[in-house]
Amino acid sequence: MRNSFAEALYKGAQANPDVYVVVADISPAGSMGKFRDQYPERFINVGVAEQSMIGICAGLALKGCQPFAYTIATFSLYRPFEMVRDDLCYQNLPVTVVGMGAGVIYSTLGGTHHTQEDIAIAGALPNMQIIAPCDPAECTEATLHCAEQRRGPVYLRLGKAGEPVYTDKAVDPWIFGRLRYIRRGSDVCILSYGIIMQKAMQLAERFAAQGKSVSVVSCHTLKPLDVDGIAAALHRHRQVIVIEEHAPEGGLASRTKEIAWDTKAPCRLDTFTLKDAFIHNYGSHDDLLAAHGLDLARIASIVGAA
Amino acid sequence: MSAEMRLNSFDVAAARRRCLKFRKRILDVSQQVSALHIGSAYSCTEIVDCIYHGLMRRAPDGTSPDTFVMSKGHGCMIQYAILEDLGVLGRADMDAYCKPNGVLGCHPDYGNPGIEASTGSLGHGLSMSVGMALAERGRGTGGVIYVVLSDGEVQEGSTWEAILMASSLGLDNVIAFVDNNDFQSLGRTSETHPSFYPLTDKFAAFGWETVEVDGHDAGAIFRAVTTRRGGKPFMLVAKTVKGKGVSYMENVPIWHYRSPNPKEYAQALAELEAATS
Repeated sequence: MRNSFAEALYKGAQANPDVYVVVADISPAGSMGKFRDQYPERFINVGVAEQSMIGICAGLALKGCQPFAYTIATFSLYRPFEMVRDDLCYQNLPVTVVGMGAGVIYSTLGGTHHTQEDIAIAGALPNMQIIAPCDPAECTEATLHCAEQRRGPVYLRLGKAGEPVYTDKAVDPWIFGRLRYIRRGSDVCILSYGIIMQKAMQLAERFAAQGKSVSVVSCHTLKPLDVDGIAAALHRHRQVIVIEEHAPEGGLASRTKEIAWDTKAPCRLDTFTLKDAFIHNYGSHDDLLAAHGLDLARIASIVGAA
Repeated sequence: MSAEMRLNSFDVAAARRRCLKFRKRILDVSQQVSALHIGSAYSCTEIVDCIYHGLMRRAPDGTSPDTFVMSKGHGCMIQYAILEDLGVLGRADMDAYCKPNGVLGCHPDYGNPGIEASTGSLGHGLSMSVGMALAERGRGTGGVIYVVLSDGEVQEGSTWEAILMASSLGLDNVIAFVDNNDFQSLGRTSETHPSFYPLTDKFAAFGWETVEVDGHDAGAIFRAVTTRRGGKPFMLVAKTVKGKGVSYMENVPIWHYRSPNPKEYAQALAELEAATS
């Protein structure tokens, strides 16, 4: 996903001379190096100085530019939070704050590098938009969108590297602000976003093996959330499952429950999130997810797909 | 325009008259509200006047290729008074200051006429100015960013991130001013961090061209900026007096915020008039 982001950004920068990349001491993976070499005046490394990264992006945007602030998610959103709030959201500037390696992807780096609450935090900010692509193909679409949208700030929540593509045969195209059905069924609907989509796809296969008709939906735009789309999913399926790599508060799970209540949805609804806890475990990304209760076997057994 | 021509073009006597007019206008507005950061506006009156009337270039239609950022947003009454005088803000805007039907509050809000950035929380303006300066350089516009910081604001770590960036990027189109009135909410800035002073040493160590002048000497401010060597970002440390011009306000922290009562108003008016007559 990191490489698809960099390649899309490079393309976006070719098309739009106002695209700037302001990074905070992060290696220029993939085409980011190409960007830096070809447009050195538009590639700024602030070093380990994330507050100025956001402030500089704001200043660029105040002069009509289209900046991206790019570093690891905890450092692009949490460290400079007040700059994100005041400089970007309050002034409603078209700056993309890229949160690389969100969730618990940096599994061995510990809690200081985990981004468990970012959707809730970014989502609470007026004017902020949130996009979390589920695979490299969606990442490309989202990045190109960010390189030209003028509506306001975006928090672009990314994975890291090596994610497979799930959306090459998706039923729906990627459209900002709209749910995207990757596959469409009638019995069970799995809502997810980000790279934990892998578990949604695996769960769908288990249901399919039982002869159930399964929808899998990429809720790539977390804000503005496609409330009507989620309400429709809740009313068109007997069982709806949310899987997200985010704390229980303020993410897709809690929003889906609100919508279910508001629209008196008749379906069974199960949600699976990270725990509201800092977990002092290490291991692989999957090990961390399992420590949070997000392992396929557990999810499958609870929802009847074991 | 050469530095010499610009120096000659700045009329210090006219600046003094304008600053009196602006201080009186702010005093008038103070009678509409209970609080307006009058001391903070008075300490940077000559600085902001010099920026708008001496340093920023202005086309016949009133537009400027240069930008002003009031990073110490709480001092914005002087900016409002100047923008009103320039016709950018209307009298009705000032009359509705901090009122439910108004758009002007105690801190500058981006989107209001003449306001280039929202500030109020300290430590934001210099980074935004660096971004603006980068954009101007990238487009080859020659635009200069003038930014006024408070001395309390220089305690913010984010300000130092921006100081580092401006010099590392070689942004000689950032011209910053520290309104060094030596006061912050809880006392003198020089007592909060005694080892921090003199400030010029610190800015120079971070790669800025820097100079210290009397911040109420408009001619000295103008001269210092227009005769700078260039090639680096420029920081002018302006030694100022909080509440400058009104004896009972000067260096008295309560005037950071509150408005004078009618009796105090009359005394302030008389003192301002007397000092500039």
